[in-house]
Amino acid sequence: MFGLKCDIALDLPEKYYLQHDYEKGVARWCPGCGDHAVLAAIQKLCKEYQLPPEKTVFVSGIGCSSRFPHYMNTYGFHGLHGRAFPVASGVRFRRPDLNIFVVTGDGDCCSIGAGAWVHAIRYNMKMVALLFDNGIYGLTKKQTSPTSRMGTVSNTHPTGSVLPPINPIQTTLGVSNVSFVAQTSDMNPAHLYATIKAGFEHPGFAFIRIMQRCPAFMQQQTDDWKTNKDQFVLLEHPKGISVDEAVADTFGLRVAHDPGALHSARELAEDTDKVYLGLFYQNKEALRYDLYGAHNLGYTYEQKEAALETELDRFAI
Amino acid sequence: MANSPETLAAGRRETKQVIPVDEHIIEIVSDSGEGAQKAGQSFGAISAKMGNGVWTVEIIPAEIQPPPRTVQGASGIRIRIGSRKITNPGNEADLVIAFNEKVPYARIEQMAYKEGTVLLIESKWGEDESEEIRNSYVEAIQDFRERGYVVHEIPMEKECLRWVRNPKKGKNMWVLGLLCYLYDRSLERAEEQIRQIFRKKSDAIVESNLQLLQAGYEWALQQLDFRFDLPSIPSESEMVVMNGNEALSLGIMASGIEVCSMYPITPATSVTHHLAEAFERAGGLVHQAEDEIAAIGFAVGSSYAGKTAVTITSGPGIALKTEFIGLAVMAEVPLVIIDVQRGGPSTGLPTKVEQGDILAVLYGQPGDSPKIVLAPATIEECFHFVILARKLAETFRMPVFVLSDANLATGVQPYPRPKVNRDWFSGPIDQSPWKEKGRAFGWDEKTGLSKRPVPGQAGGMYTLTGLAHNEQGIVSYKPENNQYSSAMRSRKLATFGQTLKPPVINGDPEGDLLIVGWGSTLGTIDEAVEKARAMGAKVSSIHLRFLSPLEPGLKEIFSRFKQVMTVEINYSDRLEDPLITAENRRYSQLAWMLRAQTLTDVQCYSNVHGQPMSPGLILRQIQSALQIR
Ligand SMILES: Cc1ncc(C[n+]2csc(CCOP(=O)(O)OP(=O)(O)O)c2C)c(N)n1
Ligand SMILES: [Mg+2]
Repeated sequence: MFGLKCDIALDLPEKYYLQHDYEKGVARWCPGCGDHAVLAAIQKLCKEYQLPPEKTVFVSGIGCSSRFPHYMNTYGFHGLHGRAFPVASGVRFRRPDLNIFVVTGDGDCCSIGAGAWVHAIRYNMKMVALLFDNGIYGLTKKQTSPTSRMGTVSNTHPTGSVLPPINPIQTTLGVSNVSFVAQTSDMNPAHLYATIKAGFEHPGFAFIRIMQRCPAFMQQQTDDWKTNKDQFVLLEHPKGISVDEAVADTFGLRVAHDPGALHSARELAEDTDKVYLGLFYQNKEALRYDLYGAHNLGYTYEQKEAALETELDRFAI
Repeated sequence: MANSPETLAAGRRETKQVIPVDEHIIEIVSDSGEGAQKAGQSFGAISAKMGNGVWTVEIIPAEIQPPPRTVQGASGIRIRIGSRKITNPGNEADLVIAFNEKVPYARIEQMAYKEGTVLLIESKWGEDESEEIRNSYVEAIQDFRERGYVVHEIPMEKECLRWVRNPKKGKNMWVLGLLCYLYDRSLERAEEQIRQIFRKKSDAIVESNLQLLQAGYEWALQQLDFRFDLPSIPSESEMVVMNGNEALSLGIMASGIEVCSMYPITPATSVTHHLAEAFERAGGLVHQAEDEIAAIGFAVGSSYAGKTAVTITSGPGIALKTEFIGLAVMAEVPLVIIDVQRGGPSTGLPTKVEQGDILAVLYGQPGDSPKIVLAPATIEECFHFVILARKLAETFRMPVFVLSDANLATGVQPYPRPKVNRDWFSGPIDQSPWKEKGRAFGWDEKTGLSKRPVPGQAGGMYTLTGLAHNEQGIVSYKPENNQYSSAMRSRKLATFGQTLKPPVINGDPEGDLLIVGWGSTLGTIDEAVEKARAMGAKVSSIHLRFLSPLEPGLKEIFSRFKQVMTVEINYSDRLEDPLITAENRRYSQLAWMLRAQTLTDVQCYSNVHGQPMSPGLILRQIQSALQIR
């Protein structure tokens, strides 16, 4: 990092990145929107790990949250609604050298992109997937989202939504080859940061659901979270996500949960009366499709030519 | 072998009728799973190796598990061989081998036989336990004779039983032996072929198939009183023989592409069957995605990150990929999209040929969506066009389509072995610092071209977006910016168009009729035009390889002919249809484009029979357009 390397004194110092090196433009989210908090956490993470901006890619879909890459001074891919995962997987396939983050909304991930989401979990390619879950469609102005609580009053359900929501944690935990599932909230910056950090260090697909405020369209949910703080339960374990005691103290309830235990993770996920924050599950050994993708990189011209000639021989007459 | 068939043949040849031919169309039709295709492909390969022109095409049953001995179950293969280059499946068959009396009817429906077609038919059905089958057989034989076919009843399984316990397996190799006798094919090459096909099987299986080959040959030698003399002219240059999908897959390996992202769909999938086996050894990988949308998304991601990818599909897959195609156009991502077209709309005719996707590919996206569209016309071009496509995609920073079809996909033809060129492959991803100072889309106003930063390039950071954006890649809804950036994307096509030459005219540069074709119909159209010219018709043809941008000079060429008519395998209204007038008529797809682009009254002949067109059919269209007989 910063400073001359002691063994090769003449080596040029590498650039030391400051937080503003990762910032671009002025984020145009509503005041009080949870997206601002995640942006700050990510920029802090980039600085802490001194991620070279040119080696870092943010891939998103479409939605308020998916505007995220525009505010990072890194490479970005603001693609199509629901399709961030296939794009990010394609970026990763032959580029083990890049740091990849996916930013997706609850509609983007759990509705239009649900098919790709399930398969991205199964592919388990190294990337951090951030689900910005505000329980509503923000960009298109207040339509019911698949994670909207039943009864949510929206423009598409003026008398209240009529179906129970999808539970992204439960869904993710149900997919084979799942390797990292965590939940956090934009309202707890310390926990948010610790969670993203744990996800970044995970060797595989780190799925993080961020419970998020949307002051424009879901004030009710935010109010409810604020008045009813005991809904939030901290998951604690030496192998889990650790926060300072001061932060942990703010939780009315704290539960010990071993992130190696898939069954109890699923039981916790099913308990929808509470919002558990922390690491539900982690398996560092899960098979990684990105390792398969990178296993035959960098063949020389000679190798490619030889392989082609061998194939042509097969068809020769 | 004590009694070599050659020595036996030498003694008997005089007593036989030897019919000289310069080309022949042979079909083997059977229930599916009886190995007809294997026998036919082997026969084609042997003939190609001997220096004959060859085109083989599979006859695919209408159903996946059709009941045996049914018309809808007819499966098999057509092999057209000649003393010269063969470019298409031809007209009616000259010789047919049928494993039962029902399956020929599928081909009769398709008008594949003519008076004089020699029909060699399995005779065992005439002695079947079931009276119904016996009757059916007898009636059919009588019917075939009434139709003017020359019928020979052949005890295929009975003969095979002398060598193997289960004649159902191996009958095809006995038939191959018979064909080798009939066309004087080299038995040595046939044996080589059998060893190659069964290379993964046990020695016993290889031996028993060799025995059947020999037996078929000898039986024909003893029992048939005719054979054909079809000379071959061994070619000077090294040749390879394969179908269009195999050529596409080799083209991918040769193109420098390292990522092929696909979702299975007939008739495109078999490209990846071959590729999946070989690609890895060439430093590439096939990704089977969860659906077509994800397949192209993955490819776009890979291209964005510096490894230009290919996605392979057919019509229904193109429909699903539409939104990403638009993104690749808008965000200027290089990408190769191979569309092996089949009958549409919807699920349509999954295994059958149609050239019905040009308009969907060109105009399927919302807004203006310029992209390059190439149409290989031969199996050889299937190989070379993929290499061209990757180069164009990267130079012009846009998606490039390669439109093949089911006809090219399953047609097998020899072509000169490609001389591998190192320039085809791609180098390592450029990771040098970006010098364009914040201009992720630094369009050159004259050409529309711009340089593309790739992740890893320091200083090139930008956010790719499908939203309207300016030179910096920053979202911009300004009216003049959207006009300008749209013009820049469109200008790339005009720039590329500058490099194209007018199409070569087959025939005189002026005349009464110009036929315009594209894609797999090249050989068929050429053959029909040649025949018509021999009859004195003033007809010429051109065949387009570039559909977007269109090849230049078309209007001028058209002006030199009294009539211009496209021949295409897709739908058009016929003028004689009820309610149809010259004004409301819906034209076939290329005709529609050419009319719009050249303001010429381009007519069309097209159909959606799902069959490759035959030279005879096109000849009749030429005759009726020129009112000659
Ligand atoms: C194919 C397609 N369908 C619909 C839309 C319209 N659309 C844009 S964003 C969005 C929903 C966004 O909600 P969410 O994913 O929760 O993101 P948020 O805005 O809440 O962050 C929709 C329906 C679109 N852009 N593309
Ligand atoms: Mg949302």
